[in-house]
Amino acid sequence: MTVAVFFGCTFIAFGPAVALFLFTIARDPLRVIFLIAGAFFWLVSLLLSSLVWFITVQISNKNSASQQRGLLIFGVVLSVLLQEAFRYGYYRLLKKANEGLLALSQEDTMPISMRQLAYVSGLGFGFMSGAFSVVNILSDSLGPGTVGIHGDPQHYFISSAFMTLAIILLHMFWGVVFFESCERQRWWALGAVVISHLVVSCLTFVNPHYQGSLIPTYIILSVMAAWAYLCAGGSLRNLKLCLTCKDKDFLLANHRPR
Amino acid sequence: MRKMEHLISINCVKLLIATLFYTCVLSSSVEQKIYVELNNTVPCVRLLNATHQIGCQSSISGDTGVLHVLETESDLDWILSSGPHPPYMVIMETAFFNRSVMMRMKNSPRVAGVAVIVSKTGLADHFSPHTTCPNQNTGLYSENNAPELANCNMTVWNPFGNGLSYEDFSFPVFALKDENQTQVIRKCYEDHNLRVNGSAPRYPLCAMQLFSHMHAVTDTVTCMRRTDLQNRFSINPEVLCDPLSDFNVWTSTRPLNSSAKGHVADESVVIAATRLDGRSFFWEQAPAAEGTVSGIVTLLATIQALYPVTREAPPPRNIFFTFFQGEAFDYIGSSKMVYDMEKNDFVIDLNNVHSMLEIGQIGLRRGQSLWMHSDPVSRRNTSVDTEVLNLMKNVNSAAAGLSVKLDQPSFSQPLPPSSFQRFLRAKQIPGLVLADHNTSFNNRYYESMYDDAENMNVTYPPNLSPDEQLVYETEEAKSLAEVATLVARSLYMQAGGENSRLSNITADPKIVAQLLYGFLVQKNNSWFRSLLPPEVTKKGDNSILSSGPPQFYIGLGPRIHGPVHSVTRFVQYILANLTGSVTNLTESQCQNPSEVNTENKDFFSYFWVSGPASVNGTEEPFCVQASVRLSKAVSPAFELLQYGSRDYSTWTESRWKSIRARIFLVASRELEMLTLGVGVAVLLLSLLVTYFISSKAELLFSSARETPTTTY
Repeated sequence: MTVAVFFGCTFIAFGPAVALFLFTIARDPLRVIFLIAGAFFWLVSLLLSSLVWFITVQISNKNSASQQRGLLIFGVVLSVLLQEAFRYGYYRLLKKANEGLLALSQEDTMPISMRQLAYVSGLGFGFMSGAFSVVNILSDSLGPGTVGIHGDPQHYFISSAFMTLAIILLHMFWGVVFFESCERQRWWALGAVVISHLVVSCLTFVNPHYQGSLIPTYIILSVMAAWAYLCAGGSLRNLKLCLTCKDKDFLLANHRPR
Repeated sequence: MRKMEHLISINCVKLLIATLFYTCVLSSSVEQKIYVELNNTVPCVRLLNATHQIGCQSSISGDTGVLHVLETESDLDWILSSGPHPPYMVIMETAFFNRSVMMRMKNSPRVAGVAVIVSKTGLADHFSPHTTCPNQNTGLYSENNAPELANCNMTVWNPFGNGLSYEDFSFPVFALKDENQTQVIRKCYEDHNLRVNGSAPRYPLCAMQLFSHMHAVTDTVTCMRRTDLQNRFSINPEVLCDPLSDFNVWTSTRPLNSSAKGHVADESVVIAATRLDGRSFFWEQAPAAEGTVSGIVTLLATIQALYPVTREAPPPRNIFFTFFQGEAFDYIGSSKMVYDMEKNDFVIDLNNVHSMLEIGQIGLRRGQSLWMHSDPVSRRNTSVDTEVLNLMKNVNSAAAGLSVKLDQPSFSQPLPPSSFQRFLRAKQIPGLVLADHNTSFNNRYYESMYDDAENMNVTYPPNLSPDEQLVYETEEAKSLAEVATLVARSLYMQAGGENSRLSNITADPKIVAQLLYGFLVQKNNSWFRSLLPPEVTKKGDNSILSSGPPQFYIGLGPRIHGPVHSVTRFVQYILANLTGSVTNLTESQCQNPSEVNTENKDFFSYFWVSGPASVNGTEEPFCVQASVRLSKAVSPAFELLQYGSRDYSTWTESRWKSIRARIFLVASRELEMLTLGVGVAVLLLSLLVTYFISSKAELLFSSARETPTTTY
């Protein structure tokens, strides 16, 4: 559409992610490294799934629309499963690296905890996933035209931006829940993460009825946000205390040497 | 740690490459949702001469405007003053493509561009975008020589000319020739841009973007200066404009030695000439039926009629036939030939020329007289006058027995715009220009896109196959054959031939019919294919044998546009067929005839042609020897490096990077700003919330159970 839409959609899609990066990750070089490594793992999973999809498309019948749609669904499901597999792979790699990091570091304590690693890797996955979802749409939004000449609904850019926002945050929450459930060997939680990822991805097949895909996605986002908050060590009491600004007394009262 | 960093940096590089690859490969699918590319675009481009620039130009990133179809006067009001969504991209119906509307558009800042629908419905009775006085500055009559005849003071040759082709438009103007594409545009307009009950249409609106950014500005002097600077100082020189150039085609009844330049002793030549080119408002569109094809076909038929007789009984004088390219642009071809003759750089020189007979526009005679125009200024000289009268007498006596009437305009009337004027500028040669008009052109569509077969009344009965149409003799073909016979007999007499042979000289109406079909309707026909070399006929749609009639715009010559221009090629090979003789040389010998000592490369050219296609599809190409030559037609101003010359043509065509058009929907400014606002709000909100959370992180995430495996 124009530069205004380009910047608007970029801010919508990447605003929270950039804010999180700036305030929580940018200061610590170790976190940056793990973020980028996480992004790379997501990229490799995408590469593998796109390779499989590409091969199947080449050997399929290009003229049959239903077959192509079936292939697309297959591709999406495969991609989700591969992403989660790589998330698990990254978890195992980090577990192994943890011991090495402890040996290398000058201090006695770990420089970075598993929870923080979960958060950072989830955000890394999110960044990369968001980039691939939305960058080509953004580049087309720079031109003078908007979607619609063939009858598609007009709100394509903004819907894509909001969807990307949801996906990035979701990846972050999924990362936290995933690593926590792997730590505690709660396999049902793992399964729930995978299933919710599948549900969100398959919801996009409802497009162009954007309400049908965005609203359930945001509902899932809020559920996962609450779950991840609980996994990360939060509780309702802490939230209430924080919001009513009674924290000073609380901290003082709770302060004890570790 | 170092190993880790090494790993990470490799990862980053891979990431970047994969991202770029992904983006490049996939960006087209969203683009296809947004834009509809219009593939058959016919732009108007910028041409420059010594002092001005003409034509059209878009801005470097294209001009976008909301579509509006101009069908009525109220639409014009809407576009120019009352419409609420300027700038507009005007889809102009044919009836509105005239000077007054275009000048109003030119002066309005609310017009982003114009797309003209080219069709015959609604076409005005006359339309000529050329000037009223063609080539007035480079002809014979000027302030210094017969000012009372200069600048069409006495006779306005093209009274219907509105001069649109010579205006400078700062917005792009495209022509919509493809009916299907126009339908797509109309549908988009009807779906989104129509006014409902008098109120303005609502967003999203259908819009069009036209790209035709031209690199050259101001005039040829500036452009060539900048090009010279680029060529001298830049590693990758960027040429901004190119001079219009191509080739003249010439032949003669007695072969001339092409390696001997300058005056030829004991050679007296009668020149028969016509022009090869045309133009219109848009680039490379010039059907030029009455303006050019009538002359070409007549001269080719004349040559066909003369050749058998001049072989048997050669007349004392040589007859030199020439087709001048670039005459629409201040006489490029003829000025170059005269310049070469003056510099002794041509096979003959001006002292060898005895007289000249030029064929102007002769297609719209409709049974009326053929007019013999002569130059009053040179006829003040009695010897020249005597020769001219002699020539007229020869032409009149050649008309005996033919159904062509001849007439002379009044003595003081000047010559119409013709190549003969350039010869007269150099030397006072007796000569005539034959035309179907007396004081102003009969051609109501001179140098426009509508000067086509229909303008010349060349129509074929329906239900004829292309091969049947090829040989069908229309009335026009018969009429032109008569004129060709007349011209051939006059030339024979003028060359001193015997009167007894005259009755053997007749032009074949079938050849005229084939020529008319090939030059006006379809150039990819069986006869043309048999005349051309095999590599041209095999090339398919991209070659000079693409479908449809040929276009007569001069173009930029072989350096820029590949091999020789299609029309020049056709005329060259048709002449080879009509005047040449078959030899039994092989293909490699035909390409290098100097190696064969029986053949004379100085007097003849050798052409390897396909031959007629036989029944089972196999061709048997053979070598034709003919005295047909090409001579370069580029304005002497570019050889002399006088880019601001007033005497010679200085026309150049600008270069450009891309010319294309596309349509899409545009959203309202409010929606765009809303999106930006929402984005900024989301960003600020997320920054605030994140700051809040990160500053309270200790509190918020403090209730984790302390286990040995987890640490803070």
